[in-house]
Amino acid sequence: MLIRQGGDLPESAITPESLYLNRRAFVAAAGGIALGALLPPGWSPPRRSGDLKPTPYKDVTTYNNYYEFGTDKGSPAKLAGALRVSPWTVEVAGEVKRPGKYAIEDLVRPYPAQERIYRHRCVEGWSMVVPWLGFPLGDLIKRLEPTSRAKYVEFTTLNDPAQMPGQRYDILPWPYVEGLRMDEAMHPLTLMVTGLYGKPLPNQNGAPLRLVVPWKYGFKGGKAIVRIRFMETQPDTTWNIAVPSEYGFYANVNPQVDHPRWSQARERPIGEFFKQDTLMFNGYGDQVAKLYSGMDLRANY
Amino acid sequence: MTRAQVVRRIVKPLIWAVGLGIPAWLTWGAFHDALGTDPVETIQRWTGKGALIGLFLTLAITPLRRASGWNELIRLRRLLGLFSFFLASLHLASYVVFDQSFSLTEIRKDVVEHPWVTAGFAAWLMLVPLALTSTTAMVRRLGPRWKRLHQLVYLAAAAGVLHFLWQVKKDARTPALFGLVLVVLLAARLPVWSRRAQRAPVRALDSPRTPG
Repeated sequence: MLIRQGGDLPESAITPESLYLNRRAFVAAAGGIALGALLPPGWSPPRRSGDLKPTPYKDVTTYNNYYEFGTDKGSPAKLAGALRVSPWTVEVAGEVKRPGKYAIEDLVRPYPAQERIYRHRCVEGWSMVVPWLGFPLGDLIKRLEPTSRAKYVEFTTLNDPAQMPGQRYDILPWPYVEGLRMDEAMHPLTLMVTGLYGKPLPNQNGAPLRLVVPWKYGFKGGKAIVRIRFMETQPDTTWNIAVPSEYGFYANVNPQVDHPRWSQARERPIGEFFKQDTLMFNGYGDQVAKLYSGMDLRANY
Repeated sequence: MTRAQVVRRIVKPLIWAVGLGIPAWLTWGAFHDALGTDPVETIQRWTGKGALIGLFLTLAITPLRRASGWNELIRLRRLLGLFSFFLASLHLASYVVFDQSFSLTEIRKDVVEHPWVTAGFAAWLMLVPLALTSTTAMVRRLGPRWKRLHQLVYLAAAAGVLHFLWQVKKDARTPALFGLVLVVLLAARLPVWSRRAQRAPVRALDSPRTPG
């Protein structure tokens, strides 16, 4: 297995030590002894923005936004176990020279699994660090040979209310659809994920195949993918259809562009009591900012 | 046991146990890693919902008393109201400490810019004068004005429900249920309010009580 740690954070993107320590000092002073008394035993220093220390396996696999299994974050871990992930077929469709129905093994086999430790930022204002196992989506796309008309890629999640009890409610328009611009899809950070923590992907995390785009909010990462479609026009994506004023097509992590109802400037690392500053493009700006040069990120949220 | 004894010996201790039990459990849980994956979310969910449910129970006392004839229930209203305020204050404190790390600049910005925070903060603010004037001495001193002031509780409860509703991403079933409960509680008062309005059609709410 090839182990590579993608997306190391450049020094420039990290909050300067002095600022960081000042904030801590302020918190400590203001909270004083009362706060000290609140700290649990075994307390370790808080995370800082840009941290890549993986969130514990148990938290990664029991705290999931996967509305196909209910809107409660604990539901997917309880209900997704029954999902049949083998056999699994993925349809490749649209503007592509090699369309068809592929057994997942045939799609995944040519690529050695890489471990990528990525920050994961939810649009709700919490974050994790996850050691994913997967391969660059770009490698797969090259093999599938999209036509010159392909400008976007669309990912569709399984639609099966018998297996996905959350789909019996029309909380969202099913099936769940996500999409990327072709240059985003080809970016080396964009990952097709088949596992985490060195193990096969648990069902509640999107088995057998999911998308991870570390500089975008978590909802861009479609789970249990059954169709990959190459398109000339921008796909209609689920959250954008559901609440267009709050969730755009791009959904890049951006501390300067607030959600209409809440701030995106800070985030709570899962398991921590205090928030940390959110980084532009989730800390991957050096690698991805050029994709959006000249674009108004406020209009293209 | 007489009704008064049931209220004093059973219901009141029960309210104390729940009202103190929730923060006690949350504190214990924070120290023992027992609050789930996102402990702060757990703290805020329990104190927030607890405060709203407490307000609903407070508002349920009068209709229940009228329906059952158990006048002793009125002795529970202040206790319930104060525990709601207590939980709402813990809810606010957890926001100030954990979400904003005491930054007054950030808090001010958040309250001004985000309606769901505005609604929550307004709800708590409205409860403050109610808690301060809850003592028997204040009830006497304010006389009829006390009742008018304490009608703020309806507004506070409505603001609290909006705060809950505006916070969710999409699945609004639980806050909608809370809203429904509030509507039912207000509807239960309508017959009395309309009867009162019929009985005293001339006297507006704000006019002096002595005949001119």
